[in-house]
Amino acid sequence: MLFLLRCTAKAVHRGGSGISHLAFRGEEHHMDKTMKNKTAIILFLLPACILFIGIIIIPIFMSGYYSLLEWDGITASTFVGFDNYIEMFTKKSIGFPGAVKNAFLFAGLSVFIQLPISLGLALALAKGIRGEKIFTAIFFIPVIISTTVIGQLWLKIYNPTYGIVNMALRAVGLDSMATTWLGEEKTALIAVFIPILWQYVGYHMLLMYTGIKSQSTELREAAMIDGANEWQIARHLTIPLLKPVLTVCVIFSITGSLKVFDLIYVLTNGGPAHASEVPATIMIKQLFGRNNYGVGSAIAMFIVFICFFFAILIKKTFRTEVDE
Amino acid sequence: MIISFILIFWSLVQLFPLYWMLTFSLKENAEIFGDNVIGLPHKWLWSNYTTALQSGNMFKYLMNSAIVTGATIVITVIAATAATYALTRMVWKGRKTATSVFMLGITIPINAVILPVFLILSKLDITNSYWALIIPYSAFALSMAIMISASFMQGIPRELEEAACLDGCNIYGIFWNVILPLMRPALATLSIFIFLQAWNELMYAVIFISESKYRTITVGIQELSGSFTTDWGPIGAALVVATFPVLLIYAFFSQRIQGSLVAGAVKG
Repeated sequence: MLFLLRCTAKAVHRGGSGISHLAFRGEEHHMDKTMKNKTAIILFLLPACILFIGIIIIPIFMSGYYSLLEWDGITASTFVGFDNYIEMFTKKSIGFPGAVKNAFLFAGLSVFIQLPISLGLALALAKGIRGEKIFTAIFFIPVIISTTVIGQLWLKIYNPTYGIVNMALRAVGLDSMATTWLGEEKTALIAVFIPILWQYVGYHMLLMYTGIKSQSTELREAAMIDGANEWQIARHLTIPLLKPVLTVCVIFSITGSLKVFDLIYVLTNGGPAHASEVPATIMIKQLFGRNNYGVGSAIAMFIVFICFFFAILIKKTFRTEVDE
Repeated sequence: MIISFILIFWSLVQLFPLYWMLTFSLKENAEIFGDNVIGLPHKWLWSNYTTALQSGNMFKYLMNSAIVTGATIVITVIAATAATYALTRMVWKGRKTATSVFMLGITIPINAVILPVFLILSKLDITNSYWALIIPYSAFALSMAIMISASFMQGIPRELEEAACLDGCNIYGIFWNVILPLMRPALATLSIFIFLQAWNELMYAVIFISESKYRTITVGIQELSGSFTTDWGPIGAALVVATFPVLLIYAFFSQRIQGSLVAGAVKG
C-alpha cells in the first residue's frame, strides 16, 4: 500500500499533473496484458515442450510400459506383468544382482573415499593459500575431459606389459604384484573405480570449496581468537555449515555410481566374467545385444527409481539432522 | 607447508596421466615401451597426429562432433531461454507446475530412455544422421539450461521490460531486444555447459550412429583404439586431439566453466 502511494506520488511529481497519473496506470495495465499474451506464452514454450515431452516424458512412460512386455522389437509382444522384474533378479545368466552390488560398492567407495579426499582438498584450498586459483583449475581439468578419453588413457595406464602401473612396479622390484589389472576378476572392480575417483575428486572439491568460500569468515576468526585449532574449526564450524553442499555431493556420488556407464564400457564392458558389471552395462547388453527389450526396460526403470529413491532419502536424512 | 605439499602432490596425481598421454602421443613405440617411458620424447613424432587425423579419420569425426555440438547449443539455448522467459516472467496458470516438471528432468538418468528414444528416432527415420544425436542431446540439456537461465533471468529488473513496453515493444521485441542481450553472460555459461555434455557423450553416440559418416569423436576414439591396438602413438594423438578443444575453451573460460557446473549442482 505504502509502495503504491509512493509510486503514484512519484508519478504525480514527475508529470506534475493528474493526467500523467492516469496515463501511468494505463501503462501498468498494458504491461499486464503483454505479460498475459497467451499466443506468446505458447510460442515461447513450444520448442522446449516438444523436446521435453517427446524425448523425456513420453519415453519414460514407454520404458515403463515396455518393462511389462516380453518383446524382441520384431515379433509381436506379449504382456507379462512384472515377470521381467522377477527375471532380472533371478535369472543367473543376466548377472543383475552382482551388477547392483557393484554399483552400491562404487557408491560406498565414492562416499567414504572420494568425498573425504575432496573435502580435505577443499579445506586446504579454502585457507587462502598461494596459487589457490591455479590449484582449483588443475584439480578440475579431469572433470571436463571426455570419459571416453579418460577410459582409453587408463586402458594404457593399466596395460599389463607396457602400462605405467606395471612398469613402475617392476622398476621397484615388485614384479610379482604386476598383473592384468582389468583382466582379473579380483582386481577389475577396483581398477575401474580408481579412474572414476581420479576424474571426479576435483568436481566435489570445487563444490565444497565454493561452499566454504561462501561462508562468512567472522565465526572462524572468532573461534581462532578463542584459541580453537584448525582441526576443531573445521570439525565444529566449517563442516557443519557445509551440510547442504555435502548433501548434494553425497547425492551426486550415489546416483552417479548407480547409473555409471561410459568409463566401465570403455575399460572392461563389465568383464571379466561379469566381475565389473553395473546396471547400465547390463541394460545396454540386454537391449541392443540380445534384443531383450522387456528385461532391458525393466533395468532402465530400476535405474530411474533407485536414483530418485536415493536422492529423496538422502535429502530427508540430512534435513532431519539439521533440524535437530 | 604440509598443506602446500599435499596440494602439489595431488596436482601431480591429476596431471601426470595427462602429461603421460601428451608425451606418448609424440613418441614411437620403442620409446613408450621401455626406452623412455616417462621422459619427454627424444624424437618428436608429429606424424602420429597426421596418422590419427587422416587414416584414423579423426578429422572427419572432429567435424561431426563440432556440427552436433554446435547445433545442440543453438537449439538448447533458444528453447531454454524462450521457455524460461515464459516460466519466470509471464503470467499464466500452471507455470509453477510446469517449472517443476521441467526440473524433474535433471534427476532422470538419460540412459533410462535410450530404447524408446531409439525407437522414436527410427520411426522418424533419422537414426544415422546428425539429428539422431542433436535432438536427444538438446532434450537432455534442457532442464539444466532452464534452471541456469531462470536463476539469471530473475535478477533482471522488471522496470526494463516496463520501459520497453512503454516504448511500444511487443512481447517478442522485449524478449529479443531487452532480455536476451542482458542474458549474454548466462548464455556463455549455458553454451559451455551444453558443449561439455554434447562433446563428451558416448552411450547415445555408440548406439544411434552405425555409419562412420556421422560418427562423433568419442566413438571415433573407441574405433581408432580398436584398429591401432599395437601402435600407441596415433591413439595418444587421437586422445589429445579430442581433448584439445575442451582444454582450449577451459583455458579461456576456466572460472566460468567451474561456475556453471557448480551453479547447476547446488540448485539441483
